[in-house]
Amino acid sequence: MKKFKEKLSGRVFFALALSSISALALITVFIIVQGVPIIAEVGFVNFIFGMSWAPSHGEYGIFPMIIGSVTVTLGAAILGVPVGLCCAIFLSEFAPARLRNLFRPAIQLLAGIPSVVYGFWGLLFIVPFIRNVLGGPGLSILAGAVILAIMILPTVISISEVSILALPRQYKEGALALGLTHWQTIRSVILPSAKSGIVAAVILGVGRAIGETMAVIMVLGNAVAVPTSILDPVRTLTTNIGIEMGYASGPHRQALFATGIVLFVIIMALNSTAQYITRKK
Amino acid sequence: MKIEIKDLNIFYQDKQAVFGLNLGIPANQILSVIGPANSGITSLLRSLNRLIDLTPDVRTEGRILIDGKSVYDSDVNVTELRRRVGMVFDVPTPLPISIFDNVAYGPRLRGKKGAGALSETVEEALRMAALWDDVKNRLKAPAMSLSGGQQQRLCIARVLALKPEVILLDRPCSGLDPISTAKIEDSLTQLKERFTIIIAPHNVQQAGRISNRVAFMLMGRLIEEGTNTEIFSNPKDQRTSDYVTGRFG
Repeated sequence: MKKFKEKLSGRVFFALALSSISALALITVFIIVQGVPIIAEVGFVNFIFGMSWAPSHGEYGIFPMIIGSVTVTLGAAILGVPVGLCCAIFLSEFAPARLRNLFRPAIQLLAGIPSVVYGFWGLLFIVPFIRNVLGGPGLSILAGAVILAIMILPTVISISEVSILALPRQYKEGALALGLTHWQTIRSVILPSAKSGIVAAVILGVGRAIGETMAVIMVLGNAVAVPTSILDPVRTLTTNIGIEMGYASGPHRQALFATGIVLFVIIMALNSTAQYITRKK
Repeated sequence: MKIEIKDLNIFYQDKQAVFGLNLGIPANQILSVIGPANSGITSLLRSLNRLIDLTPDVRTEGRILIDGKSVYDSDVNVTELRRRVGMVFDVPTPLPISIFDNVAYGPRLRGKKGAGALSETVEEALRMAALWDDVKNRLKAPAMSLSGGQQQRLCIARVLALKPEVILLDRPCSGLDPISTAKIEDSLTQLKERFTIIIAPHNVQQAGRISNRVAFMLMGRLIEEGTNTEIFSNPKDQRTSDYVTGRFG
């Protein structure tokens, strides 16, 4: 009887685990089935490197949107990662317990704000600020990067902090007992030892940024053009789907699914890189 | 006396770990501090290089003098103090870098740059720690690839490379096999010529094998201190006698 229970619970867990994997598999298959025909029709190179996106004329080139996604995400990483990392170091190494207990929930709350609220706030404050101070339309790469930088902070901070705190206490004490200063210990022992966790934090943050749709739809301006400055409006892969999904049909809809495939591949590549780096150490 | 400890009290929040401890430690000898768990030995060792400052809510009273100078004086540079008073822990703590870099780490940060001088220092330290023959052909290998005993000797070498005056060892052989333990004990007995060594041995027998002087602590109080012979053959206090003969602890 006991053996039967053991076996049964094993099966139940297996079935539940399988259901999450199969959801992934089904979605993947669905996107591929829906998207691949249009890529084949337009041609892979034309689809990826095509400069013109005009579904009504049967032109499906997503290169401007790839550039849009890459620049906005890169900008978010450049702005958000240093801030997040410093914050994680501060919380794990310098902050007194009282301050830490105040900061940590506050940062987690940042993750709880709906992305549409971020977008709305960005549209009302960041966009006019950029327009008035730096010029241009305000709806721009910079505005998107600022919003996304704030949105990836909780991910970057909490994962880096956890990986720093997870280091054996002896690393730090051993280094300090060797006569290293606190800063030398952080720079040459703690950060290198926590490197894989920090890299994972950055990549997960970047993954979050590249997948974000709602907040950036509102502040990017959504122009389908290759930008020449960070003050130009762009459209990302995600916002392209978000904007046109409602009225697309036929090959147009297939092209949006194909955009999804590209996004999927980018995120897979990011995650594999993260795993590779984590394993290599 | 190399180190003089006067009326040392250590508190963790409200709990007192060390009570009014007075102890003089002469240079170039091995002092073993023995006693059962929770005797305050680790607290004592960690107060000598002020590593105890890292523990939150800790408070120390009294004076610790090294060469007549209090370690708690406001003009004492804690980093410099920890270079002079090196420490080896119960768990080997090599850094996740190569064997060579582990030992070269401290000297490099102290500004020693020349590759020749550096590798000389590293070799000397590894020889003193009786590790050189094991690793001389694979200095670039990661330190984590060494066995537990080798890692611990690496940690000793790392401390030696800083040319400290005092070496603290907190149960350095607790997780090691007898052969590694014997090697570490051998190198310690040679090292006392040049350093002042304070060790919390992992058992009474080890204290008997390696030390010149022995201090016995119980519940945060120093019960008795004397030469090896005094403590093992002719202890003054009944509790010391009971402990070294294995009647408790």
